[in-house]
Amino acid sequence: MDATQYTIKQISVFSENKPGRLAAIAGALQDEGINILAFSIAEANGFGVVRALVDKPDAAYKKLNSIGFMISFTDVIAVKMRDVPGGLFEMAAILSEEGINIEYSYAYSGREAAVLILRVDRVNEAVEKILARGGTLLSADEFS
Amino acid sequence: MIAWDPNMELMPEADLKEMQYKLLKTLVYRLYSFSNFYHERMETHGVHPDDITRLEDVVKLPYMVKSDLRDNYPDKIFTATPKELVRYHVSSGTTGKPTVVGYTKNDLENWTESLARALTSCGVGRGDVVQVAYGYGLFTGGLGLHYGAERIGATVVPASVGNTERQLELMQDLRVTVICCTPSYLVHIGETAKKLGISIKNDTRLKAAILGAEPWSEQMRLRIEDEMGIKAYDIYGTSELSGPMFSECTEQNGIHMWSDLAFVEIIDPETGQLVPDGESGEMVVTILQKEALPIIRYRTGDITSIDSSSCPCGRTHPRIARLTGRVDDMLIIRGINVFPSQVEHALLGIPEVSGHFMIEVDRVGALDNMLVKVELNPEAFSDKINDILDIRRKVGHTLKNMLNVSVAVEISEPGSLPRFEGKAKRVIDRRVL
Repeated sequence: MDATQYTIKQISVFSENKPGRLAAIAGALQDEGINILAFSIAEANGFGVVRALVDKPDAAYKKLNSIGFMISFTDVIAVKMRDVPGGLFEMAAILSEEGINIEYSYAYSGREAAVLILRVDRVNEAVEKILARGGTLLSADEFS
Repeated sequence: MIAWDPNMELMPEADLKEMQYKLLKTLVYRLYSFSNFYHERMETHGVHPDDITRLEDVVKLPYMVKSDLRDNYPDKIFTATPKELVRYHVSSGTTGKPTVVGYTKNDLENWTESLARALTSCGVGRGDVVQVAYGYGLFTGGLGLHYGAERIGATVVPASVGNTERQLELMQDLRVTVICCTPSYLVHIGETAKKLGISIKNDTRLKAAILGAEPWSEQMRLRIEDEMGIKAYDIYGTSELSGPMFSECTEQNGIHMWSDLAFVEIIDPETGQLVPDGESGEMVVTILQKEALPIIRYRTGDITSIDSSSCPCGRTHPRIARLTGRVDDMLIIRGINVFPSQVEHALLGIPEVSGHFMIEVDRVGALDNMLVKVELNPEAFSDKINDILDIRRKVGHTLKNMLNVSVAVEISEPGSLPRFEGKAKRVIDRRVL
């Protein structure tokens, strides 16, 4: 089973926790005409990691790297959830039963459904199990 | 082994000691007779040249400190007449008012010979192309290495410091084999090369670097040697002694201090007492043949130890260990002595962070807080916060083991901490004591 089409390139950017850093990232993406589709910030004392799904990840990487940001790609998957009570439980239960660990996740409520972005320890297996159990994954194409 | 001046460099130790005694005796008589400064000092201290009857009697003479030079600004200690002076250098004054050093023709000759021996001992000679990337001008580094390298018949590229892209261009186009600069500047050159897609290892003929004017560590040496495919040698000197004068030989195990030029003692900086060979302390130097600005028992403020055992290279002159700090750089954090060089030493052993760092010290209530800012290496960056927190913990833990004092650690973006092209100023001490 080929999980590649469901593997989405997230950009992860290191940022010192001080005023203006997020604006610098967002401004640079705007300059390149890059659209942010989903977004989260994880913060610790003094620094944070900005994670985002964008429509042009390679262009975003190049731009942010060129202005001195530390940036990397991370493979994540995007699961469509039923936007009703229990929607999140269904997905979490599948991964839990298969022993797949969620490193972190964030969600957005889109036009058609709620979407859960997942960073898991075993991407291929997660894709396979979710599909096998009737779940719906967004393909990478849908983010470009 | 090739020596520049084999008769001198390989002289049996006993003969060297005998020569040092004669030079010291002559120096003391000359200064007692012709220098107001030294005459008064010796009178006050109750010592007469006749009291010096063997080399060990040097301890009867008073110490000289940096402020003696500042207080006698610009030339009150000089014992040469203005007509005999052929050059001035002025120290950078990082730790106070500048000091002026004058040179006679013989002073320049001894300085140049000292460096000719040092460079030769690093395997540099005719056919080598030496890029001198120390500052030219009032600072002694540039002109010192310049004349030393010319003396041994090497080709000199007087690049001075700065304009790093041009330094790299010259290095490639003029087939430079040896570079002389501060260790942090060479690291900066390396980083710039990487950005430009130049591999110093593969795209240049560089084989050696002569690095000094600031403390650096063994790990930094290994990193430089590995990344650039070169040998990196430590060089020592300060403007008060003439400038850079002494370096490691190809054994890379201590800096040979030419005994005919310098008499070295290591003392406890607190008590002023001599410490045994091999033990760390402040280096005190007497320059035995200086004419314009005579230097007797000058407290350099540099922390090192001395090794008088014979060197496998065959040179009989004693070696000092890599400097581990300066008496005046020493920070006292919650009663514990901390040297910035220890922080550097610790960080170079942690691949997840770069060698650049800043130390900030504050006092909160009665407690000293030391913060060390480090840069994360891009290869170590992870999208998971916990991975970065682990690195921060590791840095904090390593520093605590090295310094015996807890420090806070801040992870910064790569390239965000200051780079230094001259002497690095990595400590911001905001304590009001």
